[in-house]
Amino acid sequence: MAFPGTLHAQTDCLSCHGDKTMQDASGHSVSVDADHFHASIHGSLSCSDCHTSIKEYPHPDKLEAVKCETCHADQASAIGGSIHAKASAHPCTSCHGDAHSIYPKDNPKSAVYPLNIPKTCGTCHANEALAKKYGLQNVYATYMDSIHGYAVSKEGLLVAANCMSCHGSHNILSHKDPKSTTSRENIPNTCGACHGGVKDEYFSGVHGKLLVGGNTKVPVCTDCHTAHGILQPTEASFRMQSTPICGSCHKDQLATYRDTFHSQLGLLGGYVETARCWDCHGAHGILPASDPASPVNKANLVKTCGRCHADANLSFVQYQPHANPHNRKLNPALYFVRLFMNLLLWSTLSFFTLHTLLWFIRAKKEQGKHQPAAEEKHD
Amino acid sequence: MTEETGTVQPEQTTGAKQEKFYVRFTLAQRYLHAVLFTSFLGLAATGLPMRFSDNATARAVASAVGGFGAILFFHKFCAIILTLAFLYHLKDIATRVLIHKEKGLLWGPNSMVANWKDVQDLIGHLRWFVGLGPKPKFDRFAYWEKFDYWAVFWGMIVIGFSGYAMWFAPFFAKFLPGWALNAVLVVHGEEALLAILFIFSIHFVNTHLRPGSFPMDMVIFTGKETEEEFEKKRTLEYERLAKEGKLETRVGDKPVYWWVNFAKVIGFTAILIGLVLLVLTLIGYFGTA
Repeated sequence: MAFPGTLHAQTDCLSCHGDKTMQDASGHSVSVDADHFHASIHGSLSCSDCHTSIKEYPHPDKLEAVKCETCHADQASAIGGSIHAKASAHPCTSCHGDAHSIYPKDNPKSAVYPLNIPKTCGTCHANEALAKKYGLQNVYATYMDSIHGYAVSKEGLLVAANCMSCHGSHNILSHKDPKSTTSRENIPNTCGACHGGVKDEYFSGVHGKLLVGGNTKVPVCTDCHTAHGILQPTEASFRMQSTPICGSCHKDQLATYRDTFHSQLGLLGGYVETARCWDCHGAHGILPASDPASPVNKANLVKTCGRCHADANLSFVQYQPHANPHNRKLNPALYFVRLFMNLLLWSTLSFFTLHTLLWFIRAKKEQGKHQPAAEEKHD
Repeated sequence: MTEETGTVQPEQTTGAKQEKFYVRFTLAQRYLHAVLFTSFLGLAATGLPMRFSDNATARAVASAVGGFGAILFFHKFCAIILTLAFLYHLKDIATRVLIHKEKGLLWGPNSMVANWKDVQDLIGHLRWFVGLGPKPKFDRFAYWEKFDYWAVFWGMIVIGFSGYAMWFAPFFAKFLPGWALNAVLVVHGEEALLAILFIFSIHFVNTHLRPGSFPMDMVIFTGKETEEEFEKKRTLEYERLAKEGKLETRVGDKPVYWWVNFAKVIGFTAILIGLVLLVLTLIGYFGTA
């Protein structure tokens, strides 16, 4: 087993490392599967192109670590600035898999092929202990059950959002970093990379305009749709969960909405639907009611209400979906109707409760006086 | 006879001395009450989850029957039944007044219309409660029975109108002002709440659960009461009929055993459902106020 001169050809190395049982001094496998390696994207390279410290045979037991950045400088520097910079696992192989069988990302065998991405990221991010250690939510299962997760795992849809589509790959940053693709200011553009139409709508509405103006408190895509557990918006469970989200800022509007038939019935769920915030106000490009393009502008009400109420007419849309029966100035008629009904309710009940109570006590006494025997069987 | 029978109730007289029974309600009136309370229980059971929809029990009930679509369907179904019963009652009154010229229906001791004696009876009754006077003698319909009747009458008009106004809002909008569309829900909900609280507590106790009638006044189911009950509860009517010699015209057959038991099952079920709904209503009202 002597190879005089320099080592270049793979065959030289594989004559030893092709042995599947070959191990180093500490018991780690140092075997290389020739077939896999030849098929991999690096198959045309010589071993020493990466293992640069090996110049001749026999080579020392301890070798310098392979430096991927020699060729992949851009990616290496991106990782260096990312949230994974301090990760203890190998920055390249932990995602791209075994160094000797790396495939291009459009090859279904690749660990970073779109359909394999969730599983690859999941090797760490579906790990409860790891999630706990870094204070992360364990979002793997949530994602897999979402509309995106289904598209990837059930439909094999290559264009469906996988982890990388939103978070990026080598340059992943915490969502708290304003430069991150998942920071509040960048979310609409990140989602908009696929959902272009919705993005345009969003930026034409009040929320989008405020966001551009630097107000990061306005809702972005993930506030309503959530980040990982995104549901089909027409689904009852999504419709049920979203009204309180609008209400977390628009508190008065939620409170007055809660008093209406729309809300009372809507809260019960079911196979038919009542109006929720976005059914009237629109979802992405919300405009103030004063804007003629707003669906809740006076001129558009018959059409907007008419989407559910087929016979909606001009007098029908006089109805106030956010009337406040406690506000005498804004809704005087409703205020007095409610006051009258409450007075009627409590005066009638108070009078008769007292009346019945006194009567009951008196009748009991009377009964006790006249028929002590008859009492026993009832008590 | 009164002394002999003592506290024996009608259904317990099998084999005992001959007991006379007097007719108080016609078969049609008893059916009307049955239709009224079954549809009312249905309306309350389906209306309450909508009124208190943020309550967990309400949501559980709603999802058990298929969500609000199903709840609303049953609510409207019961509403139609009750509306028909109400219209039947109106037709009955109109026939009796206009065709049969029954004068006593609108005024007098057999009428549901309140009169000066009812005011005196109320005051007298209240004085008796606290030991300030003798117990008043009542005629065919006591003041609280008239109140029950008119409360239901008014309640059906108010709740019915506001309910149909919501059901057919675009149509009602043609002649109601805009704010009225908002007001009908408040009116509907508050009046219904009053009806539920009143019937499941006041009416239950006044009519069925109070000493003397406990555990249930069977007269609305059998239509008949014993001579002792008649004389004791509706003394003036009894005395008047006796004086006029007309007492015999009101004598009826003794209620059939199985019918009494059947009515008890139905009646107690209704009272039980009512009490459960009463508790849920109070939880809903005070739990989410």
